[in-house]
Amino acid sequence: MSIEVYRIDDRLVHGQVVVGWGQPLALRFIVLVDDAIVQSDWERELYRMGTPPEMDLFVESVESCALRLPEFDSRADPGLLVAPDVATMARLCSMAPGIRQVNVGGIHHVAGRVPRLPYVFLSPAEEAGLRALAATGVAISAQDVPGADAVPLDDLLARDGS
Amino acid sequence: MSERVGPRAIVAGHGDFGVAMVDVVRRITGDANALRAVSGQGLDAGGIERAIRAAAEELGAHVVFTDLPAGSCTTAARRVARETPGLVVVTGASVPMLLDYLLGEGTGVEALQRAAERARDAILVFGGREGRDVH
Repeated sequence: MSIEVYRIDDRLVHGQVVVGWGQPLALRFIVLVDDAIVQSDWERELYRMGTPPEMDLFVESVESCALRLPEFDSRADPGLLVAPDVATMARLCSMAPGIRQVNVGGIHHVAGRVPRLPYVFLSPAEEAGLRALAATGVAISAQDVPGADAVPLDDLLARDGS
Repeated sequence: MSERVGPRAIVAGHGDFGVAMVDVVRRITGDANALRAVSGQGLDAGGIERAIRAAAEELGAHVVFTDLPAGSCTTAARRVARETPGLVVVTGASVPMLLDYLLGEGTGVEALQRAAERARDAILVFGGREGRDVH
């Protein structure tokens, strides 16, 4: 089964991930990729306590995750990988070329970003990052929960979500 | 910070959860001034944290009630509580829990544990194929 979803979501492990995706996909593990969180015992424990008991949580840096991806992909149960932003996912994809699909699940409003969907706001640099990632052959779409329509990257970037 | 005496609480969660909970308490008791609702809708993790911190400081809150243990409001509230002495986070909030906390004695952890127990006791399952109630 291995990792079924590679997700960009600035909220990381939260309700949409553990319930929205976790229930229908019967997820049994989550890989959280964040170079800052991996360095903090308290932050790691914060996310561990928010993860349902039936799921394993692995907190990794980009580098350690790239090294461990074959191990995660060899698991018999389904998992989800989540990174906080476009740059982190792009770095991971450059170190782990086996990643062929990326789900944009939640990039929320901060100054400098424009709305594309109610749950996706992108800066020009992030849009360029997504286009560059797509140019390497990675299929990118936006979808917050499984029941919603997936929005392909070209369509996403053409939208005015305001 | 508020001059109000007695328990003061933030209710935070997905969508309009907090607003709805505060509205229900107001309809039942006639007074929900001890509560503030915070929604995570449309905010990133930092934005939710800032919203909860601002509401907690303005109200002088003792506790942040949230919906899901794994929710982004819970994560944010725990970060705020880490930097706010005395502030407690309680997950799985319900109407019975809020009512017991607001109308009962005390404001601290003991009062919250009592409210959580009352909320657990309020979960009942009626009916079923045999027509028997299951408690």
